[in-house]
Amino acid sequence: MSVGGGGIGEPVRRPDGPAKVAGAFPYAGDLRVAGMLAGRTLRSPHPRARIRRIDTAAARRLPGVAAVVTAADVPGVATYGLIVADQPVFAATEVRYAGEPVAAVAAVDARTARRALAAIEVDYEPLPAATDPEQVLAAGAPVLHPSGNLYREIDLRHGEPWADGPVAVEDHYVVGMQDQAFLAPEAALATPAADGGVDLLVATQWLHSDREQLAACLALPEDLVRLTLAGVGGAFGGREDITLQIHGALLARAAGAPVRIAYDRVESFLGHPHRHPARMWFRHTATRAGDLVSVEARLVFDGGAYASSSPAVLANAVTHAAGPYRVAHARLHGVVVRTNNPPCGAMRGFGVPQVTIGHEAQMDRLADALGLDPVEVRLRNTVQPGDVLPTGQVLGAPLPARELLQLVAARPLPGPSTADSGGFALPGGLPAGAEPSRVRRGVGYALAYKNLLFSEGFDDFSVARVRLDLADDGTPRVRIHSACAEIGQGFVTIAEQIARTELGVDRVELRPADTGVGSAGSTSASRQTWMSGGAVRGACAAVADRLLARVARSAGLPAAVVEAPRTSLRLAKGRIVGAEAGPRMEIADALAAGPVEAEFTFHHRRTTVLDAAGQGDPHVAFAAAAHRAVVDVDVDLGLVRVVSMALAQDCGTVLNPLALRGQVEGGTAQGLGLAVMEELVTDGGRVTNPTFHDYLLPTAADVPDLDFIAVTEPQPDAPYGVKGVGEAPTCTATPAIVAAIRAAVGRDLRRVPVRPQDLVDLPGRSGPAGPREHGGDTPA
Amino acid sequence: MTTGPGPGPVDGEAAAEEETYRLYVDGFPRTVSGAWVGDSLLTVLRDVLGVTTVKDGCEQGRCGACSVLLDGRLAAACTVLAADADGARVLTVAGLGTVGLARAVRAMFLAEGAVQCGFCTPGFVVAVTDLLTRRPDAGEDELREALAGNLCRCTGYGRILAAIRAVQRDRALADPDDGVVGSGGGLARPGEGVVGSDGPAGAGP
Repeated sequence: MSVGGGGIGEPVRRPDGPAKVAGAFPYAGDLRVAGMLAGRTLRSPHPRARIRRIDTAAARRLPGVAAVVTAADVPGVATYGLIVADQPVFAATEVRYAGEPVAAVAAVDARTARRALAAIEVDYEPLPAATDPEQVLAAGAPVLHPSGNLYREIDLRHGEPWADGPVAVEDHYVVGMQDQAFLAPEAALATPAADGGVDLLVATQWLHSDREQLAACLALPEDLVRLTLAGVGGAFGGREDITLQIHGALLARAAGAPVRIAYDRVESFLGHPHRHPARMWFRHTATRAGDLVSVEARLVFDGGAYASSSPAVLANAVTHAAGPYRVAHARLHGVVVRTNNPPCGAMRGFGVPQVTIGHEAQMDRLADALGLDPVEVRLRNTVQPGDVLPTGQVLGAPLPARELLQLVAARPLPGPSTADSGGFALPGGLPAGAEPSRVRRGVGYALAYKNLLFSEGFDDFSVARVRLDLADDGTPRVRIHSACAEIGQGFVTIAEQIARTELGVDRVELRPADTGVGSAGSTSASRQTWMSGGAVRGACAAVADRLLARVARSAGLPAAVVEAPRTSLRLAKGRIVGAEAGPRMEIADALAAGPVEAEFTFHHRRTTVLDAAGQGDPHVAFAAAAHRAVVDVDVDLGLVRVVSMALAQDCGTVLNPLALRGQVEGGTAQGLGLAVMEELVTDGGRVTNPTFHDYLLPTAADVPDLDFIAVTEPQPDAPYGVKGVGEAPTCTATPAIVAAIRAAVGRDLRRVPVRPQDLVDLPGRSGPAGPREHGGDTPA
Repeated sequence: MTTGPGPGPVDGEAAAEEETYRLYVDGFPRTVSGAWVGDSLLTVLRDVLGVTTVKDGCEQGRCGACSVLLDGRLAAACTVLAADADGARVLTVAGLGTVGLARAVRAMFLAEGAVQCGFCTPGFVVAVTDLLTRRPDAGEDELREALAGNLCRCTGYGRILAAIRAVQRDRALADPDDGVVGSGGGLARPGEGVVGSDGPAGAGP
């Protein structure tokens, strides 16, 4: 349908790629303007403390300091938040987590700004920190915030909640706190405007949500708060919340000068919400043949000090807690609570990775109890279209869960990797010097589904504006305006592909994403290809209608053609062609009469909130994934090497195979990280490892090549039949690897990430997961 | 709490200790003055000289986003004292050039989908170009071990490794006897004339 290629379905290269490989792409932290000041943030060292007094006088007196702001300088609403505004812009009377912003400064350079921070005196009265999420709802627990300690409770009851099958398995599982660890730390450039407003260039996931919160806190009308997306170096959920945006705007307005506010890596770890740590208990029962009868779950998610997106994360966790399995009876209970730990919110998978770790461990355990193969027990129970999910929602669209599992199980297994490569391929690599005879191999499987788009009645629409005109050289050109945040996922490529396909024009330009057009919603929830892709497609179709109607009218075609021009005319390869006849007119000639422009707002189908029993029609759609992991474990050192990963995924129609591959490989790697190395550790509420030295990310030496099979059944109600693809593989990679480790060492691993001390016996070891393992102190 | 390593001294440190020195950055001589003696090469490049083709991801030498060639050797700019590099030739991705091996690496990163957010990309292009210059036929394990100092959070490394293999394949096909630097000298080395005091005098990027 396109001119010279570049339409949907092709491996089109990123339009921002040449600048990125040359180092010329400007990330938010690279922005520099004349007269710019450096903004920095002062943070609480205490997880909980009363603020008696803040004295900024000495800091203000320092030469080179242009502005110091605290809670007293917030002109509008004192608090902000994605769902509920419970987080102070700056702590005023009480700090609730270690790292909470207390003040910010703008100075001529970063060095002076740091000196100014050191000169601010804050008189804290430390209070006992509440850091155990299972204690904060107890009678007599301290109330940590005027809104209370409970963000949300969901008590989902489905079928006969106390129905039981003859075979039962139950256990506790613990998931640690993962960080998004995007590579470019937070940054923004705020500039005060002559009209009394403020302009921000910022790396974010959702420009319009930022603007709404900024306007409220700055006491400005929204049209005086203008945001433009700066280059975003990854996000993964960690830029969905406000971090430094309001602080930067306050500083710029106070100083009357542009301020670039930026975090370093430590501040980035402290500054944005993380993935919720979880404590979970599951009980599964089945018939002796292996058919699930009931699933019971109790989930405690630690939301940390402020709400962020905790209520929505819990809804995802509870509604996905039984996994993509048919179960007649379910009681799924969850709470997400406030503590004095770091705030938690959105991260890739959004509540689903945690429960997948639980339900997949349970399915393996059920297989053990039944004497069935782990794949077999899953195949017996996968949901099919028409099945009723635990929420009462009927699974409408095809979900090839069975097929995925069969595909991934059929992939060839890797050969032994004992003494090859001079030891590189053994656990720990060369430095660990594993003894090959003490290495055990294991294979594990995981299956999951993940909701797509926002849930529970949220209308997360997306707006796009498309203009078709003639460029200076007389060639037709499409210009797309969308506020969709490009964070690396490749919307910039997809949008151009869609326009080429719909309008038959080669030359497509994407305007910078900003608040000069309507909201595109958040770049999260696997939603932008569907939602903003749908908006671009709709706007292109409207442009085509208008141009073709104009052409039909001026050509004297029948009224029926003018009224519905796309039934008999279409745009292809730079021309307007009739349904039967050959070329009629060049698009360029048709545009001589003037440009054509249209705006389109795309909505997904409406969903409903959950009722008091957790019942409703909460999710727009689902995507499924199945992973098979193969690991080698050094049973003396407790080191794990992930030898191979196979993934079969429910991808819908593929718009760009290059981008798809990048998403599923990246998603797998983040799940691998959570399985064996990534954990933000807190001690009494304080993060003890907020650096890349201590928070380990998978490297090229840790992540094996992905054996990937895409299942491309179109999603019925989505544009082109697409599905979002980034989240599902993150959910399954972790439990597949953990299952493989269990199989290798014969221990009931209940804690993720799996640490060396969980795999080898150390004297005096104890912890939340406890040394309760049974069945296999001796490696198999 | 003020956190992390940051540019410049705080109270109690020797704020007045500043030096003037010279760096040859991407072929251009640059005079550094007014920087604190303890500033890293990364801080001086980005915050004093305004060279943003080198990225700041961790300031601990762990992420590789600030990978540069320092007198021809791969280094994390955040772990080098800028004042110690007085007189050194510093190549960021921009100075590697757009011909030869560096061009091939860039092109294959694009063709194979190795770029997503792209923040790690400049460091990766430097590290990969350096690796393939020294070890053009590096095998799978060597590639993975050698690049373990460069973190990527988006790609899971699959497309990056595919790009590297594609470069190796193309170059093996193009010229089995291809030398270290390749046609056109994609990777400049000390004394080869691409960088140094004979570069464009006094010009800045």
